[in-house]
Amino acid sequence: MSLLTITDLRKYFPTYTTKLVRSQGAPVKAVDGLSLSLNAGETLGLVGESGCGKSTAGRTILRLLEPTSGTIEFEGRDVTKVKGEDLRKLRREMQMVFQDPYGSLNPRHPVGAIIAAPFEIQGVTPTGGVKKAVQELMERVGLNPEHYNRYPHEFSGGQRQRIGVARAVALKPKLVVCDEPVSALDVSIQAQVINLLEDIQKEQNLAYVFIAHDLSVVRHISDRVMVMYLGRTMEVADRIGLYERPMHPYTQALMSAVPVPEPRRDRERILLVGDLPSPQNPPSGCVFRTRCPYVQERCAAEVPLPVELEPGHIVACHFPAIRNVI
Amino acid sequence: MSPFLRVNNLKVHFPTDDGVVRAVDGLTFDLEKGKTLGIVGESGSGKSVTSLAIMGLHRGSRAKLSGEVLLDDQDLLEISDEELRGLRGRKMAMIFQDPLSAMHPYYTIGQQLTEAIQVHEKVAKKVARTKVIDMLGRVGIPNPNKRIDQYPHEFSGGMRQRAMIAMALINDPELLIADEPTTALDVTVQAQILDLMRDLQSEFGSAIIMITHDLGVVAEIADDVLVMYGGKCIEYAEVDSAFHQPDHPYTWGLLTSMPRLDRLKQDRLLPIAGNPPSLINLPPGCAFHPRCAFREFAPCACDEIVPDLLESYPKHDSRCHIPVAKRADLFANVIAPRL
Repeated sequence: MSLLTITDLRKYFPTYTTKLVRSQGAPVKAVDGLSLSLNAGETLGLVGESGCGKSTAGRTILRLLEPTSGTIEFEGRDVTKVKGEDLRKLRREMQMVFQDPYGSLNPRHPVGAIIAAPFEIQGVTPTGGVKKAVQELMERVGLNPEHYNRYPHEFSGGQRQRIGVARAVALKPKLVVCDEPVSALDVSIQAQVINLLEDIQKEQNLAYVFIAHDLSVVRHISDRVMVMYLGRTMEVADRIGLYERPMHPYTQALMSAVPVPEPRRDRERILLVGDLPSPQNPPSGCVFRTRCPYVQERCAAEVPLPVELEPGHIVACHFPAIRNVI
Repeated sequence: MSPFLRVNNLKVHFPTDDGVVRAVDGLTFDLEKGKTLGIVGESGSGKSVTSLAIMGLHRGSRAKLSGEVLLDDQDLLEISDEELRGLRGRKMAMIFQDPLSAMHPYYTIGQQLTEAIQVHEKVAKKVARTKVIDMLGRVGIPNPNKRIDQYPHEFSGGMRQRAMIAMALINDPELLIADEPTTALDVTVQAQILDLMRDLQSEFGSAIIMITHDLGVVAEIADDVLVMYGGKCIEYAEVDSAFHQPDHPYTWGLLTSMPRLDRLKQDRLLPIAGNPPSLINLPPGCAFHPRCAFREFAPCACDEIVPDLLESYPKHDSRCHIPVAKRADLFANVIAPRL
């Protein structure tokens, strides 16, 4: 049985043309029909450009945002509508690591209090006391436990992200959503945090939803990868399938655009023209068709349905084809 | 003949209450027209301060500058403010990382670009406007006739960066400094902008200094690479040599710590230990020594003596005490097998 099953999840944000509630405009369809499943101990990478809905998806899965429709099943139980005390209990099992190591830690709380917060909120008393547990956690994520009384500003970006990780895994959750956990860090520090996330995953059999725009990082950490564009899923596959046999033109364009630290490699570039269309007014048919280099008439008329072309390799495209782009 | 741009022993020091911050400490490089120099470094390595020094944007601040910045044999650190204003925007121009804050929100794109022309040339508004529309079209902005009268906030991130590039290029500068021009952009847009910069360079033959933390971007666009750490250049080489034969533990560490799409997946990344140093409290000796995985191989004390920047291969300098042959040996077990 999978740990997390998401079926046809949608999150629309209402817009208003004036301040009156009745003057509702077209909603922004941030997430428009997302389905996925995740096993215990597995990592699902969620990639796409800014505005593709990957962060909204992550937050909606954790019920930090209320889904517009669809269901979220966690350990076989429908948690889409869970409220109040039940929701709080659920949060013990599912946690989040945020992108911004500066904005996600309260500057007026010492680190000890920040990492102890999950214990307090959940009313958990670990054996040996909260302080001991916090110091063990700090040690585990590579911080000096004696810095228990220091404030976030006394730490560097990488160390703060470690604090964020310690807080997220304090209660040994089963699922952690990591929203761009390394993109704000210097290159040499990114690898430290990635290794830490991998180690903790192995120890605690954690499942990650790893949201990132960096395809190289996602390839490194993920077991399976989902590519999103304008709130919809373009392609899902296991790591090898997606990176070695990408079939969706958008996946291929993304991969071919990643700069590789290898000078003078002449590689085929699929250059996308133009910008992301507005999610308030997405193109008809396939949402990617306005920038797709292989667009045909059918793409405007018909929404491509996700089809499983290889075992576990799902593509939403009328004209999928394997193209080698790396 | 002397090179188009020669930076010689440039130092930018900021006196503060807690001591002198040596943001740039003795930087030397040359750049010819039509070539691109990539300056790589982490936050606080002094790469942006270098670019501001070349543009003369430290004037009026507390920064103490010394050394030489020779642009066509004219020392930019010596000339008057007025002479400098005559060069800025015409002979040399800058592209900033965040076009939303680098552009004025209150004026249209057109007003800002025409101003850039009219500061340097006496031309009629209409002529300037035609030139601006032409330039916006050349950097790939659709409907330049209409877009010229829009405000920066009406542009998307990629379009705004194009407008910024158009503004920098409007007077055909011979030197273009781009400070993290694609960092805030998505990869597909980044690829468009890098392509655009390459095309424009071959058209105008300008010299480009590309400042970035992304080794991938450097590999794509640069001819020469200069790696900075703690305000100093620690490796300076032609791009092929720098990537195929990294010769400093820091450069090598950067290459091994990044997951790479063009290589087999590593089981585990090899990060550089520790954190980038603070410029106010640099470690003594080699600034990288506390994080260096190979200091045991140095014949002398890394924590006492600052290594000199020496040529280890033809046109490939680096700053490390470990003997060249030993380094080549250590760094030979390259990152991960190629695909």
